[in-house]
Amino acid sequence: MTNEEIMTAPIRWRRYFKWNTDHKVIGVQYLVTTFIFFLIGGVLAMMMRAELAQPGKDILDGAQYNAVMTNHGSVMIFLWIIPVFAGFANYFIPLMIGAEDMAFPNLNAASYFTFLLGGLVMMGSFFLGGANTGWTAYVPLSIIAPDGQTIWAVSLILVGTSSLMGAINFMTTIVTMRAPGMTFWRLPLFVWGMIATSLLVLLATPVLTTGLILVILDRVAGTVFFDANAGGDPILYQNIFWFYSHPAVYIMILPGMGIISEIFPVFSRKSIFGYRMIALSSLAISVLGLTVWAHHMFTSGLNPGMRVPFMITSMIIAVPTGVKMFSWLATIWDGKISFTTPMIFALGFISLFVIGGITGIFLAAIPFNIHVHDTYFIVAHLHFVLFGGSVSAIYAGVYYWFPKITGRMYNETLGKIHFGMNFVGTLLTYLPMFLAGMLGMPRRVADYAPEFTELNLLATLGGILLAFSTIPFLYNVIVSLAKGELAGSNPWRGLTLEWQTSSPPPEHNFESSPLVTSGPYDYGSAEGAQELLELAPAAGD
Amino acid sequence: MGSQTSALKDHFRAGGELGINHIKLGMWFFIASEVMFFGGLIATFLNFKINSPTLEGELLDVTLVGINTFILLGSSFAVVLGLDAIRQDKPRQLAFYLGITIVLGVIFLSGQVFEFRSLAAEGLTLTSSVFGSSFFTMTSFHGLHVLIGVLWASRNFIKTLRGGYSSSTSIGIELFGIYWHFVDIVWIILFTVIYLI
Repeated sequence: MTNEEIMTAPIRWRRYFKWNTDHKVIGVQYLVTTFIFFLIGGVLAMMMRAELAQPGKDILDGAQYNAVMTNHGSVMIFLWIIPVFAGFANYFIPLMIGAEDMAFPNLNAASYFTFLLGGLVMMGSFFLGGANTGWTAYVPLSIIAPDGQTIWAVSLILVGTSSLMGAINFMTTIVTMRAPGMTFWRLPLFVWGMIATSLLVLLATPVLTTGLILVILDRVAGTVFFDANAGGDPILYQNIFWFYSHPAVYIMILPGMGIISEIFPVFSRKSIFGYRMIALSSLAISVLGLTVWAHHMFTSGLNPGMRVPFMITSMIIAVPTGVKMFSWLATIWDGKISFTTPMIFALGFISLFVIGGITGIFLAAIPFNIHVHDTYFIVAHLHFVLFGGSVSAIYAGVYYWFPKITGRMYNETLGKIHFGMNFVGTLLTYLPMFLAGMLGMPRRVADYAPEFTELNLLATLGGILLAFSTIPFLYNVIVSLAKGELAGSNPWRGLTLEWQTSSPPPEHNFESSPLVTSGPYDYGSAEGAQELLELAPAAGD
Repeated sequence: MGSQTSALKDHFRAGGELGINHIKLGMWFFIASEVMFFGGLIATFLNFKINSPTLEGELLDVTLVGINTFILLGSSFAVVLGLDAIRQDKPRQLAFYLGITIVLGVIFLSGQVFEFRSLAAEGLTLTSSVFGSSFFTMTSFHGLHVLIGVLWASRNFIKTLRGGYSSSTSIGIELFGIYWHFVDIVWIILFTVIYLI
């Protein structure tokens, strides 16, 4: 088929519902499935916001609230943010490094279906008395929780295994399948982000598996790992859990930072500032990220002397993160900026993530941490990181690559409406939570003292705005998929390899093997400018 | 960022330039994750050993398990000899050494079952104490890995008899070797941690 035929060919739907080893099909399977889980997680969030709109128990009783809260957290983390980046990585790593497919196509399909099975098992756990311990599943609570807790733990092991299969595949693909001329220092920064993420998945996820197995054994086989009466050690669980789950925060943000690093140079028409420092800072975050876990346990009765080193390592993480922030700002500085939807989502990412990141430094400080421990301050902090940060980056990525994946342009106006609602909604939902937390409102409860009513009502209104913000997004996707303007190969004039082939790409990605002669963001350099002239024409040219 | 050259060549060219086979690299990444999995179990065991020491360790039979350790080491040696044989295109020798590996693996597992039963007879079980819980969980997961290795070796044994390997197609034996040596090394660490220190 010629490029023209590929771009105008009808979508072949059936392959998305089958075992298919094409990385692009698997990527779309991941993206769509995870977005459905995002909507489910969103419904659970709205149930909580409805309950919390006014003090008193209105809609859910305490046990139901706990189950809703637990599954909101686990769906959003394990079935949305972590795997949606696997979707982007599947679709774009082979394209960005100039490869034909992933290194292990069958393992790749197996990882998707393991994820899907894990997701369905988690949904199923709801019907056996849902897990109600919070996504952290601290013992001894998670030992005495209803049967759904066991099924929930099994689902996390499945999803974690899927994530491991993905990480093995991404790493092997990046090391062994780069096109001629694609050296490590020419890898796009999203690929660097996925290297850092995959290393964390490989080193941290198996430890969560260990912890979950111990919980399951305590629940079903009568072992006494966490039973303090028999000499078991509940703190051990917290160490094991956070050894995975703090790095999990970086697993959820590093790929997003990679997407942001793709978008800024393209829409500023400038080479990225500090390419190597951004790449290396991702690796630094991975390594440091494995050394900070006990900052979640400052009130758990650790030896006070042990808290200080964890405070210090946690604060040091701000350094590589700051390197990225300032590099991005230097990239757009003096650039020829075009305010497309992906670009404004990327700018939104910066402002929202900074709030989440800086409050993270507050929280690393032991005295402040003890003051706000288990309050809504924590909820606000983590949502600024994961919703303001990761989800903004995901939306930015969806708009940025929508033309490549579908071959059609999205509607800019609807995209900007979506951004506005999402940005205002994020601030309105989560800023009041900082205040509520500082004033002492505990998290994870269905009821609260009347003095927090206004702050909670604001958060609920913000939540409603966020829920409605998905409507222009979904409408945009569906209408653009059917009747969007044809995008052409390279609507953004990007220099990375995924733009140097048709949209959507042909079955084996490139008509002929790419030969890479310059860096991914060489706008303005002699070679880069020359390349730009040779790029395939965009829609409307 | 690049022009395009003629026809697609070897997909794994970049790996070839680095001297890395993609299947082996994937295997090593898998092993890295396994290291962390066992790391979690070992850390659990050590946590209890250090923070709540008991005398139950004295029930363990170091001699029996020491012999078992040498049996597993011997099976690793057999895999090395088998790989060496197939690299010289000697499939019959490979089948012989894989057979030895399987037999030694089964002996190791039988020794473990025997050990578990005698400990249970003395009252040490999965549910009796934190020592019992962490000891049996850790050694059972290792035993499960040995069992998977024995099944994998049996499958390779059959494939060898059917002429499935040669000096140029020995990657399956190499992968099995990486896995089996890993399982062996894990045992040496477990043996040290549980029985010696």
